[in-house]
Amino acid sequence: MTALPPPFARWFAARGWTPRPHQLAMLEAARQGRSALLIAPTGGGKTLAGFLPSLVALQEQPREGLHTLYVSPLKALAVDIARNLLAPVQEIGLDIRIETRTGDTPANRRARQRARPPQILLTTPESLLLLLSLPEAAALFAGLEAVVVDEAHALAGTKRGDQLALGLARLSRLAPASRRFGLSATVNHPEALRAWLSPSARAEEVALIRGEAGAAPRIAVQLPAGRLPWGGHMGLASAPEIMAAIAAARVSIVFVNTRAQAELMFAALWKLNEQALPIALHHGSLTVEQRRKVEAAMAEGRLRAVVATSSLDLGIDWGDVDQVIQVGAPKGVSRLLQRVGRANHRMEEPSRALLVPANRFEVIECAAALESIAAGELDGEPPRPGALDVLAQHILAMACHAPFHPDALYDEVTRAAPYAALSRRDFDDVLRFVEDGGYALRGYERFRRLFRDAEGRVHVRGPAVARQLRLNLGTIVEAPLMKVKLRGGPVLGEVEEWFLSTLRPGDAFLFAGQVLRFERIAGTAAEVTRGGEGDPRVPAYAGSRMPLSTHLAARVRAILADPRRWRALPPSVREWLRLQAEASELPRADGLLVESFPRGGRWFLVAYGFEGRLAHHSLGMLATKRMERLGWGPLGYVASDYALIVWSAFEPGDAEALFAEDLLGEELEDWIAESSVLRRSFRHIATIAGLIEKHHPGVERSSRQMSVSADLIYDVLRRHEPDHVLLRATRAEAARGLTDVGRVGALLARARGRITHRRLARVSPLAVPVLIEEGREWVAGRAAEALLAEAAALVEEATGGREAFEEPLLAAPAEEAPARPAAAKAPRRGGRFRRSLPRALGR
Amino acid sequence: MTSLAPLHMAGERLMLCPMGVLLWPARRSLIAADLHLEKGSHFAARGRPLPPYDTRATLERFSLALRRHDPRRVILLGDSFHDAGGAARLAPDDLALLRRLLKGREVVWVLGNHDPAPPEGLPGAAVEALAEGPLRFRHIGGQPLARQGEAEISGHLHPKARLLTRAGPLTRPCFVSDGRRLVLPALGAYAGGLDLADGAFAALFPRGARAFLLGEERLYSLPVAPHRGALSA
Repeated sequence: MTALPPPFARWFAARGWTPRPHQLAMLEAARQGRSALLIAPTGGGKTLAGFLPSLVALQEQPREGLHTLYVSPLKALAVDIARNLLAPVQEIGLDIRIETRTGDTPANRRARQRARPPQILLTTPESLLLLLSLPEAAALFAGLEAVVVDEAHALAGTKRGDQLALGLARLSRLAPASRRFGLSATVNHPEALRAWLSPSARAEEVALIRGEAGAAPRIAVQLPAGRLPWGGHMGLASAPEIMAAIAAARVSIVFVNTRAQAELMFAALWKLNEQALPIALHHGSLTVEQRRKVEAAMAEGRLRAVVATSSLDLGIDWGDVDQVIQVGAPKGVSRLLQRVGRANHRMEEPSRALLVPANRFEVIECAAALESIAAGELDGEPPRPGALDVLAQHILAMACHAPFHPDALYDEVTRAAPYAALSRRDFDDVLRFVEDGGYALRGYERFRRLFRDAEGRVHVRGPAVARQLRLNLGTIVEAPLMKVKLRGGPVLGEVEEWFLSTLRPGDAFLFAGQVLRFERIAGTAAEVTRGGEGDPRVPAYAGSRMPLSTHLAARVRAILADPRRWRALPPSVREWLRLQAEASELPRADGLLVESFPRGGRWFLVAYGFEGRLAHHSLGMLATKRMERLGWGPLGYVASDYALIVWSAFEPGDAEALFAEDLLGEELEDWIAESSVLRRSFRHIATIAGLIEKHHPGVERSSRQMSVSADLIYDVLRRHEPDHVLLRATRAEAARGLTDVGRVGALLARARGRITHRRLARVSPLAVPVLIEEGREWVAGRAAEALLAEAAALVEEATGGREAFEEPLLAAPAEEAPARPAAAKAPRRGGRFRRSLPRALGR
Repeated sequence: MTSLAPLHMAGERLMLCPMGVLLWPARRSLIAADLHLEKGSHFAARGRPLPPYDTRATLERFSLALRRHDPRRVILLGDSFHDAGGAARLAPDDLALLRRLLKGREVVWVLGNHDPAPPEGLPGAAVEALAEGPLRFRHIGGQPLARQGEAEISGHLHPKARLLTRAGPLTRPCFVSDGRRLVLPALGAYAGGLDLADGAFAALFPRGARAFLLGEERLYSLPVAPHRGALSA
């Protein structure tokens, strides 16, 4: 084992520290010039382990020029690490410059960094790609010795991770001798992570170094004092217990699952906060300044608690946090451990955490999570293949750097693990897309962004293209957002534009921890004043909830099916399950329980799939399509993490016929193409790939008529070139992640021949939490038209056909056409509105 | 079967078609607004290679409306092309299709802010505005009208409206009118829309209006009233 050089040994000793084995192992790997992945819990000196070899090398052989590049998913982390590294550098007396380079770095410092690069540069994946797109990138990185990738587990398998993997592949070409160090929390797929980090996409090229395990966390479950709620996810009933827990600890982080929940929980806690304990709010829609302020107050120990979303899952260490409270179901074991690990960043002491389930199913989910942690099992999917839209952005960036030959670039990108299996056809299609859109209908040759010279090398057409790339860089696409500005005051943050569009002046809503009154849209911002009246609304954000992990779902099923394992559950939940066993039956660990019952003039069908909300949503879409064809008259459905409920006009027939395995093949394509999930996915992909402009809050609105909405592009492209590379990428992405089609398949396979269909007289106990679930979906197809007709008729009835202006319009508003129930009509392709009306002219 | 909605303006009987075009049966005229042909190539020339099928998609819509109503005259209310060079960029197939569609009909190109010059090589007459009987056809509405007996028909704004239904809001392009002025929805595949809540509509319809949302086979109508400087349902 390598020993520390004397100056470093003295520095460790002066602090009363002994180097940890994994720190020395990293040093050894560096001496051999090997890449390494360090997997260690938080608080194990992981960051220092990543930098120690570079500090040692620079102490032994001082030199100018960029030596080590550090990449982190968080800007704040880069800044914090830079600060923390200064201590050893100054105390050991090293002549090393350490600087950060992020989107916030001012232009003069960037220029200085280019002229005289620091030895250690800390940056983000986006800023790295930007640096790589510069003509001088080759000179800047030529002497690079090491790349340190922090929080590698949080990057691998995401689009940012794809982007970084491509950037690393390029770095390996510019500096072939450089090694890569990955720092990661404990993961379910260490081999895949090694491959992701590897310069050759092969895992064995990266040494695996494991830190000692920390003390096991101490996790308790907290139930509300009164009745345990049947449904809901907010957990507000437990606010008094949460408040008491905050008061009993030094510093707490209260993690919730959505931004809306954060706002509500924050408000609920402050209502109970009689001692006026300093409690703050932190989520991704607040302004960056606001979030930095909260983080700084936390770092300085001025706060007792912060209510946070995943915006604080990662981040700088706050040594004082001694308690983590997770409100609502954990949804995944790995994420739960990551959150729990934010308490007590010292290995020897156990992290303390409190789980606060919001409803009965969540109680079972918490029990499942505790079982899983005790068994040392993690969840999380292995990284998926790299995304083609990210590749498109990368190709354009590489062209901006210097002309390239397609063969050489293909060779380079396939060395990045996410793209190791990339076909040459996909690569060429993406390249053609970047060149001129790559459409089958030619005609854009004269508008090329790239051109090829006689030797086949690809050049960028002009400086305008590079400018456009820089504005569009990155893989994070926000929904169209609008600033929320206090009248005569500061900007409070951003909310999704569609939410604001549902507000009328004078409406109250809850945001940034206060009740605001919507006044008007003023230019590029929504102007608000403090203190609206009435029940405030809470902004919701599309797609912000994480589905139940496959692993946790299996454990939940196992607990439900086995009364011997109910001992861990509170009496009210055991009683609930016993009632279910009497009234119907309990879902089995394998197989699928389906119930149907009449209620309120409609029929309900409940399938307890336990495959997560996204999979159930997909299943709901598919099942209602088939129900339409079977003539059962589906009206709508709601999907939760645990079950799918469909309601229909007629009594459902045999569940075996409905949930047959061929459900996936037959209707999937149709549905996927029409789903709003796919449209959202397409918008992201088209933005990342550079087809449409990235949304810069506020800017877009003023130039709306000059932009084209992704929805319109999607409709046109799908009709005229359904096999275009961007649509292929969209379908692949939707099938993998957003629709969880894989899990639908697993569910149907599991259910084959093992479907139990119970016909009940009334709703079963297990179905209640799902029935009161929010976020109902209505059957597409005729439904949209029927809904419009119904709403228009309602308006007419309420207004008596009166006009807002004085003279009545002389004509009847529309010829008589009574609202039809969605079910009465034969199914029809296409829920979305199309103006081309193919059938209307069939007369 | 598509249902048309009759609308009376300045004593003339007009028909709104859910395909997004207006009919003036007495003059056998079909009126359409904001085709924005060649918007895709406009963006492509600026580094955003949008799918080049928008012109074809728009012309297909237009062609359905023409086949259905077979008007003697077509009045295009401006922004027929996304920019002045649009007509010159038409692909040969699309140009042929457009010529075929307009053949045998009288064509009036009302000029818009995007296409201030008449398109070359296409039939028809270009005008800044058209006054016929009591009706005034313009690209941008809001011009003064005679006190009685005149009505204005315009495009430019691309109106769309949002109707709150049980399953959440649904947004559709729409006609909007208060009996004196009528704004047509945009027909272009990439044209997009401007919500009725935008101040531009309140300025045009200070006393409120009625919106006619385009459905697959019929229109859905609802009154919109002025409320603190914006129209809302």
